Formats: sequence, structure tokens, C-alpha cells
Amino acid sequence: MPIAAKTGNEAMAEAMRQINPDVVAAYPITPATEVVMIFAQFVADGLVDTEYIPVESEHSAMSACVGASAAGARVMTGTSSQGLALMYEILPIASALRLPIIMSEVNRALSGPINIHCDHSDTMGGRDFGWIQIFSENAQEAYDNLLQAVRIAEDPRVKLPAMVTTDGFIISHCMEKIEMLEDSEVKAFVGERKPAANLLDTEHPITIGALDLQDYYFEHRRQVAEAMGGSAPIILEVADEFAKKTGRKYGLFDEYKLADAEIAMVALGSTCGTAKVVIDELRAKGIKAGMLKIRVFRPFPAEKIAEALAKIPAVAVLDRSDSLNAQGGPVFTEIRSALYDKAKKPKIINYIYGLGGRDIMLTDIRSIFSDLQSVDKQKLVNYLGVRE
Amino acid sequence: MVTLKELSKRKDPLTGGHRACSGCGFPQIVRMVCMASKDPVVVVCATGCLEVTTTIFPYSAWTTPFLHVAFENAAAALSGVESAYEALKKKGKIKGPINFVAFGGDGGTYDIGIQSLSGAMERGHNLLYVCYDNEGYMNTGVQRSGATPRGANTTTEPAGKVKAGKMRPRKDLTGIMAAHGIPYAAQASVGYYMDLIRKAEKAFTIPGPKFMNVLQPCRLGWVYDQSRTIELGKIAVDTCFWPLYEVENGKWKLSQKPREKKPLIEFLKPQDRFRHLFKPGNEPLLADLQAEVDRNWEALLERAGEKGGAV
Repeated sequence: MPIAAKTGNEAMAEAMRQINPDVVAAYPITPATEVVMIFAQFVADGLVDTEYIPVESEHSAMSACVGASAAGARVMTGTSSQGLALMYEILPIASALRLPIIMSEVNRALSGPINIHCDHSDTMGGRDFGWIQIFSENAQEAYDNLLQAVRIAEDPRVKLPAMVTTDGFIISHCMEKIEMLEDSEVKAFVGERKPAANLLDTEHPITIGALDLQDYYFEHRRQVAEAMGGSAPIILEVADEFAKKTGRKYGLFDEYKLADAEIAMVALGSTCGTAKVVIDELRAKGIKAGMLKIRVFRPFPAEKIAEALAKIPAVAVLDRSDSLNAQGGPVFTEIRSALYDKAKKPKIINYIYGLGGRDIMLTDIRSIFSDLQSVDKQKLVNYLGVRE
Repeated sequence: MVTLKELSKRKDPLTGGHRACSGCGFPQIVRMVCMASKDPVVVVCATGCLEVTTTIFPYSAWTTPFLHVAFENAAAALSGVESAYEALKKKGKIKGPINFVAFGGDGGTYDIGIQSLSGAMERGHNLLYVCYDNEGYMNTGVQRSGATPRGANTTTEPAGKVKAGKMRPRKDLTGIMAAHGIPYAAQASVGYYMDLIRKAEKAFTIPGPKFMNVLQPCRLGWVYDQSRTIELGKIAVDTCFWPLYEVENGKWKLSQKPREKKPLIEFLKPQDRFRHLFKPGNEPLLADLQAEVDRNWEALLERAGEKGGAV
């Protein structure tokens, strides 16, 4: 397998080249612009067969993706922050129409004030739109996740759009060593999209996007929920097949030294890499620290996460976005809810951190684990490293 | 040009039983445009009267493939469909020609959808966008749009004790589309149906982006007797309120020049949305509206190279 030095954005663009989608509609936005730029060059150099639509906005990017997916094509796009927010209107339409679309999303703070750096508020803002959401810790995971997302989204048992995220600048612009698959291996792995019906079959005309009133809308929404719930085993099935090809194993979440942990944190994305360093340090000192890294946030693997965390006395949930709901970040509220029915459950506290690209340092992670050693004395929701 | 007899043998894009108002003008527009295509058509429709009245689940009046996504993005969505077609055709997965048509009302076209439309036109997709222009947001209860003419009463810019309805003239959308340098932009009216069919037929023969702006009298929003839709569509043209013309590769051409230009009040009078204009004291506004039509008509004659001479 080829080894290459790639930034997160380059890794995403390379994966897109190898996937060779039928249609890509995209609009530039920092820090995801490179994905579009690199892919546009692939188109210009004839390295892909893709019809590339350089749209005038992200709203039109997602709208064109919906049209192309309804027409039966394999469709991809990429965006970030305000761009994702501009797509928000169309994201739930894509999932409700059960149209697979694969998106590379680079996590960036939402305005305002305007800020171009990493946090998860853009992706979290889109968490309830019926999109599968997969987070990546580094460029390798971004590459691997994007390849798997094609199979997951297009699986006839799923038929939902999927976004794979990296952390803005931290992953998107950081060069790392990644192990790629050969082009031919990717081609064989992703296969071809075979929709049951499509808009271009003029012999068998279908109406997509009809007005759905009180008598049917609810059932159709229920079907989307069912598809989302049912996608978890398929995500694992695809991960298994991927592991057989690459040796790289993925679950809905990863456990890092969690089995016997007495203090643990839950996090997503690039922060997990930093946390592992601190956990190793603490373990060397005999402190039983561990981590649960969420890979798949939608569907939310509530039951399995609850099982994994139930017996740990103290848990800190890290949120790189704030719900502004006066009760903590989105990951925190979902994890607490997941544990509600467990007879034995941890004391859980929340850290909202890293908004607008504020660095999270080893010292920050150390302070969280230190807090967990006296968890009863801590506040429920903490803003880490902010000047109060 | 295709004859009515030939048209009658082509596939009707709409079945009967859809829920459009009696006397509505857009079913005719949809039928004439789609049937002017000798090849199969795929339709994308913006949110609005047309979508709402033809696709109430589990029913659909469409016999062609049909996609509705949202209000402001019919052109973008259709550009995705058309790109998918190009990609899949290249790979040999699809054979045979298809014509791609978007329908949007004036709200979804002049206002909220203009960015999406402008982008699709600039990118040069091979598609036809048809605006069925009824001069307001009729689906949601007759609100004003950028296509509402000056003086008209709407529910969001109503006529009252101190205001005489909409204060600003309409946007020249056909001109804006022509300014994109697209190969074909045209203005038509449901009242002159042979002209409409001819234009749609021509549009389908031209590769690249095409735009047609079709006036559609709306009995609900314009407030007139439902039997007069086609007649009003004709009067709009005969008064030069809504001239028929084409812009083909930058060349402006009048489609017809009224033998006798009728006064604007013949168009305004039958519509209750203009009733307040005929109250005493509004004479200067009526004169102004006539002057505006005259100015626009003269400018069009100039652009079409018709100034001074009879056709």
C-alpha cells in the first residue's frame, strides 16, 4: 500500500479522486477550500471522470447534490462552517428523500463573531438533520472514513447522506504520514451505485419531493429515524470489510485504556490524539485514566456507550461546541441521557473547550484528569481555559 | 414548427385531477412547454402553486420524472440532475436524449431563487428554466414579489388610505437573464399559446442554458372572473404591458407588434387588484403607469431595431 505525506485536506481530496464520483458540486470556504481546489485540478487534468459543478454558493452545492443523487449518480461535496450552515435548509431534505450524498466537512466555528478556526459548532448544528456523522482524529482516519462513507450511505438498507469530518487547520492543514489504498483497491471497495429508481429513467417516471401532509409526513419522518437507527450495524459491517483489506479497525467509538479506567474522558476528533499522550503519562504513574473516542456521532451509539462508561466512577465529556442551552454541550447532554437508566453510573461533568480554535494543550487535559480525581468538588459544566 | 395536431399526439406531462384553481394559467404553460419537446423531459419544480397542486402525496399529476427540493433552488437542483445525466451518459449508463426543464413561479425566480438561477445560467448547463410569472406569491395568499407591477394591491404591500399598493416598478428579469449572455431568453404569455409553443420548441433545439418568462394571469391574486385568463394574457401583450420578444445570442427580436397599441387601462380595469387606481385622485398615478409602459416599449423597440418603422 502506498505511503504518502498528506494534509487532512489532501487526504480527503485523494480519497475523492480514488472514489471517482459521478458528480461533485462544491464551493470554496476556509479551511475546506483546498479539498475543492485539489479536486478541481484532478478534473482539469483528466484524472477523474466527474462532472464538477463549481456552484455559486453552498446552498446551490447541496441543491445540485440532491438533484444529482436523485438522478442516480454517485455524488460528493465538501464544506465547512458558514457553508454547512448555508446548506442546513437542504440537509434534511437530502436525508428525507433518502438520497446518498457524501460530504467531507472540515469543522470550523460558526460566526459570530467571525472566526475561521476549529470547533465543532458547525457539524453539531447539523446533528439532527438525518445525516450520518463520522468524526476523524487525524488524516488517516479522514481518508479511511471517507472511503467507508460511500459504502454506508449508498447501502440499500441505509440510503442516507453521510458527512465525514476533520478538525479545521488542526487536521485539515497538518501534514501526516498516511497509508493509502491502490486506486484499483478503492474502485473495488466502493463498487458502483445501483439505485432502485432514478429521475433519469423516463420510461418509469417517478415523483420525488411531493407535498406530504398530515396523513403521511409523520410516517416518512419515522422511516428516516428507522434508517438512521438501522445504519449502525451496516457501519460496522463496512468497517469489518475495510479492516480485512487494510488491517485498520474501526468501531462506532474507540476505547483507549478504558476497560479498567477509574477516570475517563469522552472526546471527538483531533483532541483524542492529545489525550492519549496524557493518558499514557498518567498510566505510567499508576493512575487509571482512559478515554472513549466517539467516531460515529450520528447514529448516536447510546446503549453501547452507556455500557462502556457505566462502571467508571468519574467521566469528563469534552464538547468543542456549546449548545447555549444553559445545561452544557451537545455531546454531554446525550451521554448523560444515555446513562440515565443504568443502575450504576459515573459522576459526569462537562468541559466546553477550544471554541474558535483555542488550543487544547497537554496541560489542559492534565487539569481535566486532575479534576476528575476529586469529581465531587467540580462544577457540572466548565468552560476550559476561558478568561471569565 | 410543430402543429397542434402533432402536439395532440405527444405525451401530456400532467394528468387531469390536479388541484390547480379553475381558470389557472400554469397547467397550460406546463403542457405547452413540455409537449413542445420531441424528446422525453425531466422536470424540476420550485416550491409554489405548481408543485403544491400537482404532487399531494400519495398522488402525482406528473407523467414525466419530477423533482421538487425547495423554494429557491430549482435551477441548482436541475443543474445537478443535468450534470448527473452528462456523467452517466459518458459512462454508457444512460442512452437517448433528455430535455431538462425547471418551472418556478415569480417568487421562486425573481426573488428568492435568483442567485441559484443566475449561477446555473452562468455555468452553462444544458437546461431550460421557465418562470410562470403571476406577479406575486399567490400560493401563500397574494403577497408582493419583485414581479408585482407598480400600483397592484397585495397582502404585504396593500392599497390603503395613504398608499396605492406597490410603490416600485417590477424587476426586468428577462433582461437580467439576457444580460447573462445565454443563447436564448424569451418572454411569452399564456394568452398567445402558439408563440409560447414555438419558443419552447426553439429553446429545446438550442444547447446550453435557456430562459423563458411566461406571463400567467392568476384569478386568485389578480381577482377577475376565472373565464378570462387567456383573454387577460392577450390584453397584457396588446397593451404592451408584457411584450413578447426573444433574445437569441444577444440579438433582441420582437415576436409580435400590436397592430394597435391598446391603452393600459384595458389591462388594469378587469382586475380587482388595481381597483383602487380608478378612485378619484389617482389619475396622475394611472398616467404614470401608462408612461412607464410607453417608456419600456420604446426602449424595447430600440433594442430590437424596430424604432420608427412598422413591422
